[in-house]
Formats: sequence, C-alpha cells, structure tokens
Amino acid sequence: MRFYDLIFLALSTLIRYPLRTIMLLVATSIGVMAVILLTAVGEGARDYITSEFRDMGTNLIIVIPGKNETSGGGSPVDLAGVTPRDLTIEDAISLRKIDGVKNIAPIVIGETSAQFNGLERNVPIIGSTQSFLSVRKWEMETGMFLPGTTLERSPPVCVIGKEVEKELFGASNAIGQWLRLGDRRCRVTGIIGTEGRAVGIDVQKLVVIPVSLATALFNRPSLFRIAVESENRLASDQIIKNMKKILKKRHQGKEDFTVVRQDAVMASFDNIFNVLTMALGSIASISLFVAGILIMNVMLVAVSQRQSEIGLLKAIGAKNKQINQLFITEAILLSGSGAILGLILGHSITQVLKISFPTFNLLPPLWASYVSLIVALMSGVIFGLLPARRASKLDPVIALSGNK
Amino acid sequence: MIRIENLSRQFEVGNQIVRALDNIDLEISKGEYISIMGVSGSGKSTLLNILGLLDTPTKGDYILSGINTSEMNDDEMAHIRSTKIGFVFQSFHLIPRLTAAENIEMPMVLAGIKPKDRQEKVEIALSHVSLNDRADHKPEQLSGGQRQRVAIARSIVMEPDVLLADEPTGNLDSTSGIEIVRLIEDLNKAGLTLILVTHDRKMGNRSDRLIRLLDGKIIKDDTK
Repeated sequence: MRFYDLIFLALSTLIRYPLRTIMLLVATSIGVMAVILLTAVGEGARDYITSEFRDMGTNLIIVIPGKNETSGGGSPVDLAGVTPRDLTIEDAISLRKIDGVKNIAPIVIGETSAQFNGLERNVPIIGSTQSFLSVRKWEMETGMFLPGTTLERSPPVCVIGKEVEKELFGASNAIGQWLRLGDRRCRVTGIIGTEGRAVGIDVQKLVVIPVSLATALFNRPSLFRIAVESENRLASDQIIKNMKKILKKRHQGKEDFTVVRQDAVMASFDNIFNVLTMALGSIASISLFVAGILIMNVMLVAVSQRQSEIGLLKAIGAKNKQINQLFITEAILLSGSGAILGLILGHSITQVLKISFPTFNLLPPLWASYVSLIVALMSGVIFGLLPARRASKLDPVIALSGNK
Repeated sequence: MIRIENLSRQFEVGNQIVRALDNIDLEISKGEYISIMGVSGSGKSTLLNILGLLDTPTKGDYILSGINTSEMNDDEMAHIRSTKIGFVFQSFHLIPRLTAAENIEMPMVLAGIKPKDRQEKVEIALSHVSLNDRADHKPEQLSGGQRQRVAIARSIVMEPDVLLADEPTGNLDSTSGIEIVRLIEDLNKAGLTLILVTHDRKMGNRSDRLIRLLDGKIIKDDTK
C-alpha cells in the first residue's frame, strides 16, 4: 500500500466518525495545551528572575553578613558561641583599595514614615551611595541621584520613586522640597524613572538616601549587603579572594560573611527554574498519556465495530501488516492533529494572557512545543499498537461475519 | 486448476468436535461454472472459505494452480487472495465511507498499484457492471442491486482466476437477483472460473456443475 493511500484511508475513517474524532482531538489537544501553558509559566518565571539579576549586571559580587557553617567540636570559641560581626561602612570602605573594583555600594534597608505638607505614608528605604545607581542600572526620571561624596558623611538628600512623588507631592514639584523621614529631614534631589523591583521592593514606592543617613535614621551600624561591581567578569575571582582576605583580617580572622557572585546566583536560579519548568511540563505530559489511553480504548471499540471491514480488507488481499499500519496511522493522525491543535490553542491562549495581563510573564519555551508534539505522537503509536495488533490478528471468516 | 484431496475441517464447539468438512476430494478446472448447494450447516460456506484461503483445512491438501496452499504463510495467502481470487458476498461488504469507484479501487490500493493505472482499471470494471454514472456515489446512495454490482466490479478488478460468490442474490429482489446472476455468468463465459454457493435451486441449476453437500460430505457432483 502506498503512503498517500494509507493516509487517505486513515483520514476517511476519521472523517466518517466525526464525534469520536473530535473527542479524541480535544483530549490530546488539552494535554499539549497544558504542557505549553505550564511550561510558559515556568519559563516566564525563570526569565523574570534571571532578567532581574541580569539587569544588575553579571560583574556584581555581593557580600552578605553571616555564614552557614558547621559549629561545635569542643573549641573554647565554639563553646562561648560565635555571633557574626556586622558588615559596616568601614568594611565597605576597606574594599575600595582592591584592584579591579569599579563600584562599591553598601546597602541598608528599612522602613519609616515619610511626611510632606501634612501627608504621611510608610515608605521602604534603601540607604546606599551614588554607585547604587550604576550597580542597579537605574535611570532617573528627573533630577539627580545621590551625590558622590564620602561614605561616612553625606548631605541630607534623597531620591524618591514615582508613586511616593505622586502620593506626597501631588501636582507640585518634588525636587528641592524637604521630605521628613522619621526624625530626619532630607531634600529631594531626583525622581527614579525605573520601574520594577529592587531587593524585593517596588522601586516606585521607594526612597533612597545616603548610607550614612540610613544608619543614623535606623540607629543601626550594620549593612544589609555590600554590592561590589568589578571592572570585568574575569577579574571577579581574584577580587573575591582579596575581599575575603581583607574582610577576614578586619573580622579578627573569622570568615563570618558570605561572598557570592551575581552570575553564580543567576545560574543557580536559572537551573532551579529550568528544573521547575521541566517538572511542570512533565506533570502536564501525564495528560498526554491519558489521552493516549483514551485513543487506545476508542480504537479497541472501533476494531470491534469495524470487524466486517477488516474481514473484507483481508478477503481482498490485505496483509496483516497493512491492517496494522492502517490502525497505527489512524492513531498517529489523531494524536498528531490533536497535538497541533493543542499547540495552536496553547500558544494562542498564552498570547491572549500576555495581552490581558502584561505583568504576568508567560514565555512558552520552544522545546515544550517539540517535546509535547513528540510525546503526543509517541503516545499515539504506543497506544495504537494494541488495537492495531488486535485488528490485524482477526480471523477473516469471523471478521466477515461480524456485522452480518 | 483447483484440487482438493482428503480435506477436512473441524471446529471445536465447547467439548464437541464438529466436522464441517469431512474427507472431501474435489477437482475444478479452469473456466468451470460450479454451484455448491446444501442445507444450512452442510459445510458449503466452509468449503468456499477454504477455497478462498480465508480459512485453512484441519487435514488434507488444497492445491491451487499447482501450489499446495497448506505450505503458505499468511502473507502468501493474502497475495493469492489479492491476485487470483475474487469474492462476492451476500451482504456486499462495501466500505460505507468510500465511493463506488474507491471501493472498486481498494484491492489495487492494497496491492500497491499506481493511481494512474488504477483509474483505468476502475473505469473498465465499472463499465463491466454498467455503473459508470454511479462512480462517485457512496454505497448508501445505491440500491441493493447496484451495491452488488459494485462488489462484483471490485472482485474482478484484479483480473482473478476464480470468482467465489457466497449467496450473491440472497439480499436482492428477484429482478436484481437475475441481473446479478447474468452478470457473473457473463464473466464466466469470458473465462473466469465461477464457484457459487446458493440455497436457490433455480440458480444452482443454471450452473454447468452442481455439487451437493450434506454433513460435510459431497453427496452429489453432477455435470451437465
């Protein structure tokens, strides 16, 4: 039998039983659609997280206070208990002398009330330096970011997010106005233009002040992080070595801090979300196998219903192999068409969701389309085998008398 | 052309063994017109199924055109059915989703013949049964007689050596029945060996040779 005859015969059967065909197409397409949508969610989340990190630059090294390590063993120090030292502004200053360091941005975070002209709201605060703008790759909408003065001392200035500007200053110009933050006052020098989040905080709701002002405001000398930008990625390893050496010396020989590379963190997140996306895709793939089982059941019924036809085909010269091929082709056409329908539906729904909810990042990965198509086809072949074998093994005499 | 030697066919029904055919010997020459008659259960359909290689004997030999079919595997028997044997059934056995022309084309499709060659043969077969104007009709759009003519066209399209007809007029009115009988008789006159299973005495008497079966044995083999 020629290939196009096989396709024609299989198609004619599918058209002959439209309800059955549509039901099976729907079952398979739902499976494929589920794979596309779930992997789109996973991939979207991965892309969001990694782009957040990427926006901060891959040359970034972050110092975090504290370190996870095994304690105990009976040393006097361990018995006394060790509290990690805080990271301080002085620690940040000490890192300036390392070769290859481009920018250093110590970070303090907290929350306080912001008041202007009788209006008050609680705002998240980031205390840092002028370098923070470069490290975060932010853009200013109007005005200036923090001044590039020394770390220890800074004029009482601040930059605010757009929402803070709108809520507290309304239509009036915020630049140059005095904003009260807790028990301190600062002059607004600029409005941040960037949207999105920084250190988990919505940038538009944020107030950024000099780090020295933040430590005074929160009465806390410790830093939340020190962000160090290296001149190039290749130098990062040497810089980390030097940073550890200097900080360890400053911390009485204890490495009570953690140094992480931004690109390493990004790679870890990338891996985690890749695994998550694949897990979601795998879960959705189960529905493809369910659809395959449905195809098998329906085709087993079809074999019983079409006994007479199978008998006739054998009487006019069909070999067992040809009957087998015919039923497998039907199963493949069903699963393949269902998969294509599912791909169209999955991608269309993704596009509709992207338009309807622009903040909800949905990115169906290309591999999900290929994998779901292949899994659907394999499912069709595997679950088409049993009905096809049963059809081909039918006794022609019994089959011919089947529908008499 | 056909030689059957000491052929038996037994079926197990529950604990009992039923002898559908019991030590039959039969020889059929090329171009013969044979009717096989007998009461229900006499074994005539079983004999026709064995002659058509749809069934295999429990014992004995069936030699077709010099080849002992008992040594054939499934694929070889399918090939013989495709090229040397034509079937006409009482209930037509047309594929409902295909047109008359596509039904007739089916044996050639299975044999892997090119579409261009098939087209020509379908037209010839359709003209044999005078149904050229119904080529694109589906079986449900045809009368019983027309359906049987399509089935006959399908059975001869591969130019077989022998035509096996199992009660070909059983589902037809008398007028259509006579038309069908004349049609297959014309095919016999053109050289096709015709083996007809029937209950109808009148139809049986039209053949050149009448074989009567009872309880799986040939009780009468008359040649005119």
